[in-house]
Amino acid sequence: MKCIVGIDLGSTTTKAVLLDEQGRIIGKGITNSRSNYEVACAVAREEALRAARFTLLERALPAATAVSMDVLLAAFRLELYLDELGELREEIDRVLRSLNYHRDRDELGAAVRSVLDGMVAEAPALFLGDGGRKSDFFRDIAGAGFMAGAERVALGGVVGFERLVGLFDRAILDVETRLVPRPFGALLRRAGDRCASRTSTDREREALRQAITFAAEEVINEVCFVGTGYGRQTLPFPKSAVRSEILCHGRGAHRIFPGTRTVLDIGGQDTKAIQVDDAGVVTSFQMNDRCAAGCGRYLGYIADELNMGLHELGPRAMQAQRVAKVNSTCTVFAGAELRERLALGERREDILAGLHRSIMLRAMSLLARSGGIRSEFSFTGGVCKNPMAVRMLTELVAENYSSSIVINTHADSIYMGALGAALFGLDDVRAGRPAVLPTFVRQSAPAHA
Amino acid sequence: MNIDITTVNSAPRADAEAAKDASQVRQKQMIADHYEQLSRAREDGRKVVYTFVPGNLTELIRSLGLLPVLPEINALQSGMRKLSGNYIAEAEKLGHSEDVCTYVKCDIGMMKSGNVGPTGMRIPEPDLLLLSYTGCFTFMKWFELLREEYKCPVVMLHVPYQGDGEITPAMRDYVVRQLRDVVVPALERVAGHALDMDDLARRLDLSRQAENDLVAVWEAARHRPSPIDGYFGGVYYIGPIFSAFRGTEDAVDYYRLLRTEVEHRIAQKLGPMTPDGPSSEERYRLVVEGPPNWTSFNDFWRMFSREGATVVSSTYTRVGGLYDTGFRHDSRNPFESLADYCLGCYTNLNLPMRTALLERYIREYQADGFLINSVKSCNSFSAGQLLMLRELERRTGVPGGFIESDLVDPRYFGKANIENRVQSYLQMLEARKNKVTA
Repeated sequence: MKCIVGIDLGSTTTKAVLLDEQGRIIGKGITNSRSNYEVACAVAREEALRAARFTLLERALPAATAVSMDVLLAAFRLELYLDELGELREEIDRVLRSLNYHRDRDELGAAVRSVLDGMVAEAPALFLGDGGRKSDFFRDIAGAGFMAGAERVALGGVVGFERLVGLFDRAILDVETRLVPRPFGALLRRAGDRCASRTSTDREREALRQAITFAAEEVINEVCFVGTGYGRQTLPFPKSAVRSEILCHGRGAHRIFPGTRTVLDIGGQDTKAIQVDDAGVVTSFQMNDRCAAGCGRYLGYIADELNMGLHELGPRAMQAQRVAKVNSTCTVFAGAELRERLALGERREDILAGLHRSIMLRAMSLLARSGGIRSEFSFTGGVCKNPMAVRMLTELVAENYSSSIVINTHADSIYMGALGAALFGLDDVRAGRPAVLPTFVRQSAPAHA
Repeated sequence: MNIDITTVNSAPRADAEAAKDASQVRQKQMIADHYEQLSRAREDGRKVVYTFVPGNLTELIRSLGLLPVLPEINALQSGMRKLSGNYIAEAEKLGHSEDVCTYVKCDIGMMKSGNVGPTGMRIPEPDLLLLSYTGCFTFMKWFELLREEYKCPVVMLHVPYQGDGEITPAMRDYVVRQLRDVVVPALERVAGHALDMDDLARRLDLSRQAENDLVAVWEAARHRPSPIDGYFGGVYYIGPIFSAFRGTEDAVDYYRLLRTEVEHRIAQKLGPMTPDGPSSEERYRLVVEGPPNWTSFNDFWRMFSREGATVVSSTYTRVGGLYDTGFRHDSRNPFESLADYCLGCYTNLNLPMRTALLERYIREYQADGFLINSVKSCNSFSAGQLLMLRELERRTGVPGGFIESDLVDPRYFGKANIENRVQSYLQMLEARKNKVTA
């Protein structure tokens, strides 16, 4: 199967989208950008390739099978997580061996092994039960599991919490920036075996086995790569394969919602207001300049201030009874204002609602500068996953423009830039322009060329 | 505008030397000689007048034997030589706010740091501050500050704004009266002798000759490829005529030489020079509104030149005189033509006039796009720019782009952000071009 890869290297996350030659999305992948763009690209692409193989699997599986794709995917992720935990364990062992001046190295080793054993034991419930993972990134899942385990072990033991966490901190960076080739087939077979007990008949088991073999062995030939996003200057892409994120976001949003005329994309440190024509070609745009207050990082900072998860902010703010007026436009000052208002006894939810409104007011100003809001209006980027952000935007659009404007958001909005990049790649392929593979493809994993 | 070419070409030295045309060498010598004269002004008993680029009355100053100094040019020179950051910090220490025009702060900082000019020689203190243009309100405050510092007289020429889009006889008379009754007497007092009207007329004729050649240079951009860059290259071309040399034989020679070089480029079908040498292809033709950033001038230029974008016309290169709509200095009506010159500077035009001028440039020079570089601390330019952008898009269908930077404050030039916007904008032009041709 031939496919086209679009990669969007954002300041917070890196996304990859795979299209087939007909332009259908066959796989998506996302990872945290780390501080290493090349690794982030390779990991996101790897994720998208896996997702593409799941698309193949889905096509190959008989319709009425007892094992749902969701369960298989969860089992696959579990196997992947267990492999990664194995790597974390090895890295921690390496760190431990380097601590030759510590007298309590053996105690520390025993304690950390106990933490890791606990994480392995809890993993199945985390992925296959109702464990409710709050993130899909290894760093986040393993981090949360390790903290919880370390707290438990430290309570009863001789080794302090900080020392245990210190081991994790030293090991995780190496683990997540190391590119380990992971054979998809082997992982998927393990996942299949794990799910096999859920199938009822031998025939079903055989059908699953065959589908897995097909999905694992089908050759995926990546014929074109196009990169975009904040880090695109440092992307390991040739210049001809790099597109501006403005064009990519406009095009991606227009592909998902063809009625789109205005796009608002709020990412980690960029806010983009984009106007597109009926073909998805950008006609004008504005971006935040000089200051990134009002972007995703603003919410991240507020979440840290409140010791909450980023994903918890929106739902919590939705419980507001009133919207507190937040005056500060600077992120740091807004944090101070938040503390002050909390001290004065204002409800946390109300203040959060005010902070969300404040972000959206900044976005409205940018939108106005780009030429206003026209229907349909598509809201994309990481922040559009936040329900309060969407609600505030909807209110402001009604107040300033019209309540008849159609506002689109999509669960996969975060992928719009990568999708747009892949669509530009598809243009290149169709125009017969020769593709140059990015360097990381040659370095990390063999392309199925 | 820039004067000293060598400070700009930070490209490998061999390239810079190879890239230098005879006109550039000539300009550099003119500048060096001028600063040399300034440094010896006290010993030679010559008097010095500080004045501004828009509405500069160089012929008058020169006819009276006085030497002009242009603080704006010193400020942008400091920007190019990476000195402005420290000068601005110096001015802020004295209490000037972060939001004040950075030319002013840079100038004050330079003054407080010894008043050493771009050639390393000390610039003499002023004998007179000639506030020749009031379209920029900040100019008044600027010279008010300098007056406090130097304890010297200020003479102000109040230039009415073209709010209704025209120069009325009453406006012209008002300026002429001020010239006759206030400005010339003040200059004569400093010079110690009366104005020689014949010498003034001779200088106005010289101005006209240089102006004719400059307009020919601007209009050369109608060719494909354009032999000039009318913004990044253009700021060099305006050097002599916007500063100390209008109405001199030097300026006439310089513009004749420049015009010959440009005509040669047309004949050879050559594109403009860039910081990386001769431009190899013309992929985009742009019109630019707003002043450039000086602290990262070459980086800024390369964002365009390396993408094959040539600026075919710009409005910044009209701040010190708008000649391509027909105005010329006229020796038959010296004061009237000086009045028209002051009243006609680009920033003295109202928004509809500026929009119309940009529209004309977009059409005449067949631009693929137009870009606004908005400088927040320069309200003479920035107020109304977004309105102009929308109106120009509506009238011409040519897409506009918008970026923000600063004149000489290095803190406000975010290279990655600006590059991101410029590239996005150029790719947008490309995508729209493809759509039109598809």
